[in-house]
Amino acid sequence: MQQNSAPACPVMAKHIKIALVGQPNVGKSMLVNSISNAHLHVGNFTGVTVEKTEVLFDYRAYQFTVVDLPGTYAFTNYTIEERVTHDFLCNEEYDLVINVVDSTNLEKNLQLTAELMTMSKKMVLALNMSDEAEKEGIDIDAPYLSQLLDLPAIPVSAVSKEGLDELMDAVIDVYEAPLVEPKLIFSEAVEEEIGNIQGYLDRHRFRAAISNRNIAVNLLQKEKKTYRVLHDNPLWTELQPMLIEADRHIEIHHDSEDIKEIFAEEYAAFNRGIITEVVKEKKQTIKKKTMTERIDNVLIHPLFGIPIFLFFMWSLFQLTFEVGSIPMEWIDAFFGWFGDLVGNTIAHEATRSLIVDGLIAGVGAVVMFVPNIMILFIGIALLESTGYMSRVAFLLDGFFHKFGLHGQSFIPLVTGFGCSIPAYMSARILKNDRARLLTLFIIGFMSCGARLPVYVLFAGAFFSESAAGNILFAIYITGALIGLFAAKILKMTAFKGADEPFVMEMPKYRLPSLKLIWHTVMTKTWMYLKKAGTFIAAATILVWFLSNYPHNDALKTTFDNKIELAQSDEEKTELANMLQESQLEHSYLGSIGKFMEPAFEPLGFDWKMTVALQTGLAAKEVVVSTLGVLYAIGDDVDEESSSLITAISKNIPFASGVAFIVFVMIYLPCLAASVVFTREAGGIKYFVYLFIFTTVTAYVLSFIAYRVTLLIT
Amino acid sequence: MNILTDCPRGCETTIKKLHASGPLKQRLISFGIMKGATITLMEYAPRKSTVEVKVGKMRLALRKEEADMIEVEDAAK
Repeated sequence: MQQNSAPACPVMAKHIKIALVGQPNVGKSMLVNSISNAHLHVGNFTGVTVEKTEVLFDYRAYQFTVVDLPGTYAFTNYTIEERVTHDFLCNEEYDLVINVVDSTNLEKNLQLTAELMTMSKKMVLALNMSDEAEKEGIDIDAPYLSQLLDLPAIPVSAVSKEGLDELMDAVIDVYEAPLVEPKLIFSEAVEEEIGNIQGYLDRHRFRAAISNRNIAVNLLQKEKKTYRVLHDNPLWTELQPMLIEADRHIEIHHDSEDIKEIFAEEYAAFNRGIITEVVKEKKQTIKKKTMTERIDNVLIHPLFGIPIFLFFMWSLFQLTFEVGSIPMEWIDAFFGWFGDLVGNTIAHEATRSLIVDGLIAGVGAVVMFVPNIMILFIGIALLESTGYMSRVAFLLDGFFHKFGLHGQSFIPLVTGFGCSIPAYMSARILKNDRARLLTLFIIGFMSCGARLPVYVLFAGAFFSESAAGNILFAIYITGALIGLFAAKILKMTAFKGADEPFVMEMPKYRLPSLKLIWHTVMTKTWMYLKKAGTFIAAATILVWFLSNYPHNDALKTTFDNKIELAQSDEEKTELANMLQESQLEHSYLGSIGKFMEPAFEPLGFDWKMTVALQTGLAAKEVVVSTLGVLYAIGDDVDEESSSLITAISKNIPFASGVAFIVFVMIYLPCLAASVVFTREAGGIKYFVYLFIFTTVTAYVLSFIAYRVTLLIT
Repeated sequence: MNILTDCPRGCETTIKKLHASGPLKQRLISFGIMKGATITLMEYAPRKSTVEVKVGKMRLALRKEEADMIEVEDAAK
């Protein structure tokens, strides 16, 4: 959208605060992105936006704040995200509502619109996906719709950016004009009762923020807040008998006692009327199967559905390793060359070691995995944006249910393969607190992108190139399976209770736009690189320092004497190596590692691996950079060509390597994720449980893996 | 009484009553699963543990337990 090139004086500019409301997956976030050039996360499944997000921009002489709210099917508090939306609409200050609806499914979307119309708020209707509706032969008479509802209805398309200016102009018009009550007409019986109550309130000159008609509607709907307000009013004594009588009257007419159901039927009837008036749909002569139906015939086939899904995942990890390893070698070689180049220009030995062995080796080890990370993120972005995610949830629900999980848990779990932090947040789509907590505990078992470097490193060190892709796939699947069993155990012990119902919308398949995928992947990759350049670089320097100091001069003198006495060059090199090793062992980090080593000895870890696991608590990339620093120091007397992969295959026994992978697979993801987990789970005590639970599981399984590998090799 | 999961794949029928209560009932209603609505059974997941249905233009996945709460008219193709 065109932005105001010459912004008006900020003091003069009027400020409009808009609440963006709509059912899930109608493209609210995409619309905000199109209007304001923001970059909110979008996807093709319900529950992408789980928190309200504010976006600021200027248009004409106005300043806009758009609050992008999580999608909600109706005014209920079924899930946390719906509660966020409901609370905002009822309790916060805003000037205007933009109700975003999906033009291809107007009838269902109007259900929420009807509820919004009872709020006495200024409102504009954005008929999103109008281009898609046109393609499907759906013709919506927007001016007539506006007239019928007394609400401006503007056809827009967030994808092709059509109608955005018209939408914003309508918003400004509505903002400047006085409030017009939208027309919402109920059945005769309900209208009669509304008339009675409204008339009574009018006669007694009752005034509130919303119109008396809407107060009447809310009272009939048994809306709690309205009740609370009127309950304290003297009018209540006369109002109460009226309401009881009204209830009885309406219930007789509807032959039902569930007032919520009655009103849902009322809204539905009203909407059906509107739809018949304004929507003309071209009837297809032969009932042709839609694209979505044809794709679904294959992808959610009762027999082939799950094998197809597994094949997709397998292909993804094959690609991650095979394609990712090509540029990986170049990057590795580049950092080796760069380290030498920089190293030659620095004369001071300690500084050179800090820069070359610390910073370049550590950060280089992390940057090396950018290609793998990018491929994994592309895979996840495709899964999110095509609509396939909900299908997999559908296929796996039966299987998941056996382990006490919910089909929709699949969505946070898959997000967890990318990063645990958004995964913890997206668990909000689960309604039941117990189901949500259970999912939160399991997310860590889905190996996140930051663990990928560790796996790629070890798979590359211990397996042939052709097998490494399969090993990678096996690691991820094993992690997921361990997670499922852990879920079962937790469900039977800590999180006993009734199961959450499974009701989930399956969106239409959509071709993801390349631009969108590119943007998502680049943002995530950039964040990874930024982390490598800041947090991980700092951690690496710390690791370097702790592994180089204190210098033990006595040790150096003894070894220097020995080296001088040595006969052959070979012996000299060996002694120099021993000096390096014992220097390292006497460093701060060495002391910590040596102190902890006995605890990890049963798992076959040496002190370097022990240290790497501990620094890995900060972030999993640090595991790699720590190993990079530790083995770079131990190795620089050796051939300079030895990369980290060869160093690992040389220094770490196979069984210890397997045990190490198992440990990394299971223990806490990282510091940042731990903070988010604590917030989402609702208390530090859950974090303590999580820490104990994951560490114990990691230790036990790692021990088993070590012993078993020792037996069979 | 006919319940939804008695219907074969591909059948189209009308909802007679919802045997759910509380939040679940409201949830179903907010998806358009209410008395008088037309519902089509699209697909069963392996071992009928989950079903895919179509209400209006929307596709929904329901677990068998929830689908069993939906009473329908005689199943007719």
